[in-house]
Amino acid sequence: MHRSDPRAKIVALLVFLVVLTTSRRDLLLIALGLGGYLCFTILWSRLPLIGALGRAAVVLPFSIAFALVCWMSGDPAKGVHLAAKSYLSALAVLLVVSTTPLPTLMRGLEALGAPRFLLMVGQFLYRYLFVISEEGQHMAKAAQSRGATAAGIVGQTARFRAAAGALAVLFARSYGRAAEIHRAMLARGFQGHFETATALRFRKADLGLAIGGSLAPVVLRVAVERWF
Amino acid sequence: MAPLIEVRNLVYRYEDGAVALNGVNFRLDAGESVALLGANGSGKTTFVLHLNGLLGAEGGDDRGSVVVCGMPVSKRNLVAVRRKIGMVFQDSESQLFMPTVLEDVTFGPLNLGFAPVEAEERARAALDRVGMAGATGRAPYHLSAGEKKRVAIAGILAMDPEILVLDEPTTFLDPPGQRALADLLQDLPQAKILVTHDTSFARSICTRAVFFQQGTIQASGSIEDIVDRFEWDFTPARTNPGR
Amino acid sequence: MDVLAAPVVIGIARQAQRRFDDARAPLLGVMGAFVFAAQMINFPAGLGTSAHLLGGALLAYTLGAPAATVVMSAIIAIQALVFQDGGVLVLGANILNMAVVGVWAGYLPFRFAGATRWRNLAIFSGGALSVLVSAICALAELRVSGVPSKALGVSAVVFLISAPLEGAITLAVIKALEAIQPGFVRQPEPGRRLHASLLAIGLAAIFLAAVGVLFSSAAPDGIEKLGLVSGIAARARVLLATPFSGYETAFLGAPWMRKASAGLAGLALIYGACLAIGRVARKRSV
Repeated sequence: MHRSDPRAKIVALLVFLVVLTTSRRDLLLIALGLGGYLCFTILWSRLPLIGALGRAAVVLPFSIAFALVCWMSGDPAKGVHLAAKSYLSALAVLLVVSTTPLPTLMRGLEALGAPRFLLMVGQFLYRYLFVISEEGQHMAKAAQSRGATAAGIVGQTARFRAAAGALAVLFARSYGRAAEIHRAMLARGFQGHFETATALRFRKADLGLAIGGSLAPVVLRVAVERWF
Repeated sequence: MAPLIEVRNLVYRYEDGAVALNGVNFRLDAGESVALLGANGSGKTTFVLHLNGLLGAEGGDDRGSVVVCGMPVSKRNLVAVRRKIGMVFQDSESQLFMPTVLEDVTFGPLNLGFAPVEAEERARAALDRVGMAGATGRAPYHLSAGEKKRVAIAGILAMDPEILVLDEPTTFLDPPGQRALADLLQDLPQAKILVTHDTSFARSICTRAVFFQQGTIQASGSIEDIVDRFEWDFTPARTNPGR
Repeated sequence: MDVLAAPVVIGIARQAQRRFDDARAPLLGVMGAFVFAAQMINFPAGLGTSAHLLGGALLAYTLGAPAATVVMSAIIAIQALVFQDGGVLVLGANILNMAVVGVWAGYLPFRFAGATRWRNLAIFSGGALSVLVSAICALAELRVSGVPSKALGVSAVVFLISAPLEGAITLAVIKALEAIQPGFVRQPEPGRRLHASLLAIGLAAIFLAAVGVLFSSAAPDGIEKLGLVSGIAARARVLLATPFSGYETAFLGAPWMRKASAGLAGLALIYGACLAIGRVARKRSV
């Protein structure tokens, strides 16, 4: 699973998501079935199951809040549907993202026709995400220590200003880093567009994964709807 | 033999009119290793950015001339110049901007027009050369400072340059890292320009040095001479008997 | 929701490919990382709570609105895909609300009043509007998809508080930026008035439609009447039903889907009309 072509995984994921979103009848049974299918695939990919289930739960607070209100307004089914759909979709995406390094995933998306420029922006964003977050943490601490300890409005205003100053410095640093990156690109012969690296190879095993992964959720849903 | 780099009377002004370079003359021959010494703001980095056309490529009447491997540096031949002269910048984090090590080192050859397969071969050879062959799939963010510097150098070597320029390479490196870098550089046959504050590092790599001050080269000579003359805090020695 | 937001997202993608050259990708990516990192810096918001920058307006004032849209889209996508934060199923809708509508709504006050003495007020209201308008659009979409009003009421209150906070934070950061280097913040372009006015009209239309949808809970027939008048909903039902025989027609027949397609079809119509008018007007003025 880890070494499969990203395009196969993306296609299977898309089919899964479409089947999930468009389900309305017997949703709970379908959700159970799809959930089981995902758990099976997670185990098959040798990923930690409990960890994956936990990470996907990040989406739950939001959807559970809505579910509760839906329940109190007399339409509990809608709330449960919402929660189930958002959880399963998060789990499915997590599965794909955990078995595909992000750069490979980007290349797969590009091969499937996603616009290059947006993907490059995403790639640079991810590359420098942790770098700048670390700098942000330092700035946050600096802002805290520079901010006044006075209570009340005076202290709050001072801390507010300190935070704004810290953000401005982080902005300037990030901007400067972008300039450095551009300089480094030029120094290595960059002429205006990013050249494509080696192409991805689609093998028979990948085709099998794409077809199998796409059929499974469809078959599951049709089966549930026909027999229940 | 023709020099690899010949700079005559180079002048550069900032947008606000302040003079950054005030008539610099410089020459680099094949196989030489030269250290550029001088205080911050003395013009070393500004000078070096002219060598591959990052600054000054527009040319102009009184700007002076920069000739690299027989080519005058101008807008028309930037890529050809940058193929010959590879620059390693101070902050490797900004230099290794691709998601993986291999992709980053392949960037240069791809830009030079090599086919993807050959570009990758060159990249692997370069990584091997700097001792980072096993790191191809790793993300640059997770490398140590010393490893990043090596990969940055590999990124340049993959383009097969004749001249290496390194801007403050020992920043962020601990002493063992500095020693490892010195060993690597000593082993590379290319001519080198080293912009640095670290005089002992410069001594281990370079035979010649020039001293920048206020936008001009105040002195040029053997590395020992220059380092002794200008002392560690880069002011001319007050008493200089016999010099 | 994704199905209907898709054309807009594809539109952004194509525009981005055309307008920006590759060399700008690092800047936009790095500034996207900046916005992520900026969430770590807390701004005291009274009563022991703290807020952080959301970023749409700030990006628009420093990188320009089109670049801000691209950056926000990338941020939303990475948040959903890599951090499972924000939901993949509503990715298209989130991008539409926050990266497109939110950014441009935030940009407009700056565009019109950024060079006048009302500058600070323009920046503040831009920040607030970027949050408010995207929130209202999101709530409207939820309403249309059947979530009851009570749930939305609570969210609306939260958004009403975070909107002025975003305004204040944006203003404070812009001021601090100008102190470091005035060049960071753009000057609103004096020309191209016509295009901007049309954009304003378009956004106002979207905003009003969204508010209308929110309050139409008492009169659901209004939406269906709109659908009948435009006739699009009926045609959409037929078009989308054919590739999926059998069990798929049920999903389009559902009343919430009908409302969704009608409401959003109305919005799409207005948007399309503005684009068309804008294009014609630009040709005339050139």
